[in-house]
Amino acid sequence: MTTVAIARYGAGNVRSVELAVRRLGAELVGDLENAGLAVLPGVGSARSAMDGLGQAADTLRERHAAGRPILGICLGLQLALDETEEDGGVAGLGLVPGRAVRLQDARVPRIGWAPVEPGGEAYWFAHSYEAETEAATATSEGHAAIVEHGSFVGVQFHPEKSGAAGARFLKSCLSRA
Amino acid sequence: MPLPRLIPCLDVAGGRVVKGVRFRELRDVGDPVELGAAYSERGADELVFLDISASVEEKASAVRVAARVAEQVTIPFTFGGGIRTVDDATALLEAGADKISVNSAALARPALIEELARALGSQAVVVAIDTEHGRVRSHSATRDAERDTLEWARECEQRGAGELLVTSIDRDGTQNGYDLEQLAALRDAVSLPVIASGGAGNARHVAEALAVSQAALLASILHEDPERLVALREELRGLGVPLRDAA
Repeated sequence: MTTVAIARYGAGNVRSVELAVRRLGAELVGDLENAGLAVLPGVGSARSAMDGLGQAADTLRERHAAGRPILGICLGLQLALDETEEDGGVAGLGLVPGRAVRLQDARVPRIGWAPVEPGGEAYWFAHSYEAETEAATATSEGHAAIVEHGSFVGVQFHPEKSGAAGARFLKSCLSRA
Repeated sequence: MPLPRLIPCLDVAGGRVVKGVRFRELRDVGDPVELGAAYSERGADELVFLDISASVEEKASAVRVAARVAEQVTIPFTFGGGIRTVDDATALLEAGADKISVNSAALARPALIEELARALGSQAVVVAIDTEHGRVRSHSATRDAERDTLEWARECEQRGAGELLVTSIDRDGTQNGYDLEQLAALRDAVSLPVIASGGAGNARHVAEALAVSQAALLASILHEDPERLVALREELRGLGVPLRDAA
C-alpha cells in the first residue's frame, strides 16, 4: 500500500485531499520524509503558506534532491517554483525553475472546469496566479496545468475535487510513488 | 475561460434540505449528502449549500453537514449562511468545503470580505448579493440594504471577493427566466466570475444566463430531482452550451 504524507501549512481544505487519497486505498502517514508520496496541497496565500511550512520546506527540498515523489496541488505547485508575485513577492521552495505570476484573464480568479491538453480531460481550477515555467508538460487554455521536474509533479487544478477524472489522475500519481 | 457551470443549490436547515418559495413556506425534501451526491453523479459542476436555519442550535449543524458532504462528494462545493467571522469560514473549509458564501454579514461589515480573502484566498470567498430593481436586499431579502447593486458588486471585488452569487429576488422561484439585464450590467461592472441565480424555468433560460454569466445556480427548476439535471444538461447541449463531459 502506498503511504502518503501531506505537508501542512495552515488553515484550508486539506481534508478533501486526505479523503481522496484514502478513497484510492493509500495510507495517510505523518512522516513527510519517508512517505511514498509527499503532497503539498493548495490552500490560502503564498506568504502564509511559506511561513506555515517551516521545517517541512527543508524536508521537501531533501526529498526532491533524493528523487522521491512529491505532488504539488494548485498553490502547492506555485510554492515549488523559485518565487511567486503573490503578496508582493515571496520566495518559493525552488524545486522547479520558474515563477508564479498573476493571471491576466478576463475573469480572475479563474474558477471552473477546463480541458487539459494533451488528453482533453476537464479538471476543476480555482486560481488567481499561474506557473510560468519551461517544465510545464500539459496546458489548459494556455496556462500551465501540469508541471514535471525531477520527482516533482505539480498540477494547477484540484484533482481531489475533479470527480472521476481527478481520481484517475491521483491514482496514476499513487501508482508511480 | 473555463466551461459554463451548472450549480444545483440546496437550501439546508437543521441539517436537512428544505424548499420554499421566496425564502418562505419551508418543507423537508431530503438529506443534503444524498441529494448532493446524486447531483454530482448526474453531472453537476459544483454544489451550493445555503444554510437558512433560524436558530443557533440548528446552525451548529452546518460544519457537520459540510464534513459529511466532503466524504461523499468529489466535486467542489460552497457553503453559505450564517458565516460572520473568519473562524466560522475556516471551520467549514477545514471540514471540506471549497468556498464559503457571505451575504448580510458582509453588508453589515464589509471588511469581513478582506479578512476572509486574506485568510482563505479570494478563490474561496463568494459574496452572495440579493438584488431587486438594481438595489441590494439583506437578511434573506427581507430588508433594504440601502446600496446600489452594481456599486456593491464593485466594492466586493475591490475588497477581495472571488465570485459573486447574484440572486434576483423578484425572479426567485418564479421560473420566469433570469434577470438578464441585471446580469449583463454586472458582467460589465466587475471582472469576477458571476453565478446567476433566480428565475430558471427551462433550458433556454439557463442558456441565456450562461451567455452573460459564468455559472447558473439551479434551484426550483430541478424540483429536488437529480434526474432533471440529466435532462437539462442534454437540452443545454442541444442549445449549443459547451458543458463538460462528466463521465
